[in-house]
Amino acid sequence: MMEQIRELIEQHAGLPPGAGPIGDDTDLYRAGMKSFASVQLMLAIEETFEIEFPEEMLNRATFRSASAIAHAVEQLASGSIAA
Amino acid sequence: MKPLGDVAGASLAERVQAAVETAALHAEAVDREGRFPIEAIEALRDNRLMGFAVPPELGGEGAGLAEIAPICTALGAACASTAMVFAMHHICLANLIDCGLESPWHRELMHRAATEQLLFASSTTEAGVGGDLRQSICAVEADGEAFNLAKAAPVISYGEETDAIFATARRDPEAPSSDQVLCVLLADQYELERVSTWDALGMRGTCSHGFRFKATAPTEQILPRPFADIAAESMIAGSHILWSSVWSGIATDAMAKAQAFVIAEAKKSPGSPPASATKLAEAYARFRTLEATIADALSRWAAMRAAPERAATVSFSLAMNALKVSISTIALQVVEDALMICGLQGYKNSGPYGLGRHLRDIHSARLMISNDRIMAGAGQMMLMQRPSAAARKA
Repeated sequence: MMEQIRELIEQHAGLPPGAGPIGDDTDLYRAGMKSFASVQLMLAIEETFEIEFPEEMLNRATFRSASAIAHAVEQLASGSIAA
Repeated sequence: MKPLGDVAGASLAERVQAAVETAALHAEAVDREGRFPIEAIEALRDNRLMGFAVPPELGGEGAGLAEIAPICTALGAACASTAMVFAMHHICLANLIDCGLESPWHRELMHRAATEQLLFASSTTEAGVGGDLRQSICAVEADGEAFNLAKAAPVISYGEETDAIFATARRDPEAPSSDQVLCVLLADQYELERVSTWDALGMRGTCSHGFRFKATAPTEQILPRPFADIAAESMIAGSHILWSSVWSGIATDAMAKAQAFVIAEAKKSPGSPPASATKLAEAYARFRTLEATIADALSRWAAMRAAPERAATVSFSLAMNALKVSISTIALQVVEDALMICGLQGYKNSGPYGLGRHLRDIHSARLMISNDRIMAGAGQMMLMQRPSAAARKA
């Protein structure tokens, strides 16, 4: 899953060329991800993993880093957040 | 330092009333001369309302937006420039309190804000970023334990009167334009060079001149949270609520004038109610939505702040954007309604029904962060909005 998430970040986060290496815990906002890019990333994640983020998870923290996204996807996939 | 006014024994309502009366007394001169409302700000200081939000253990009263917003409205009805200065000051103070409680330097500044009733201003816009709050060109340049910052600011409201400027900048010279921090700069740590003069249609007392400034300050003065989080989670919503409260105040006074006008008309023709009474009722219907919308925003704000992570969701941000756009539009309509009711008596600058200043001041509302820009951002967020888990279960 991490591999897929990293790929989606590369495609959709719109990071500037000088952003440097993106680790699993790199803060994507600090690396230059803008608001519309985060929308695109979120939609791509929903499509790839066939999930739908509930309102409660739609905040900045959910999309802050690759590992934060993975955590959210796992939660949704396991159904630990009642949707 | 000027000794602070004795407020012992005076209730909050009395303290606010004292400041509102002073603001009203000087509103016309402030507008005509385009000068800072110094008397009203002094009155707010004397009544210890500038440090109102500082936590009690640091010398303030721990007031939140729910307490500050009605003061903005009361001041807005008297002098919109004073009210806007008060609102913008309290946004800066809220940022300081939200992010600085763990930092000794910022705690000391909060203490000073309460005891000395300091005035704070912000410098977020920058030449070359097209009015985008979330982009900076200038950068913090660290030099040992201090940093240098040079910024071209097309607008700093009351920049010459403030005791400190809260300025956005990129975290360091290599950071992308959106990786910003908020630097607190004290007046003796920067040099301001005025490059343009605020001679505007309305809000003339905010003295929102353009400046270039250079600052050198210790790095510990930079607020520890990223500005992206400050903006998304508290500053934008807080600004929209307090600004909306100011604009609602302008509409409140316009309604009061319209009502006084209709009552005077009614006295002249005892037989039947004047035609303007119906128009007054129509204006009131619009006016009511202002109060109701602000009350709704304040309760959403309180719920967000009470939640453990204080995370602003997409729905919360959309509601705050809608607040700003609708209040700025409806308040203008209410002032225009009042003008139609008062007719030429409202058009005249002299006399009890004059609405010229209200109309000019309220025209700033749709432009102060342009509604078009806000709706463009909101349009993006609409793609993310989802029903809440609770709503889907229902």
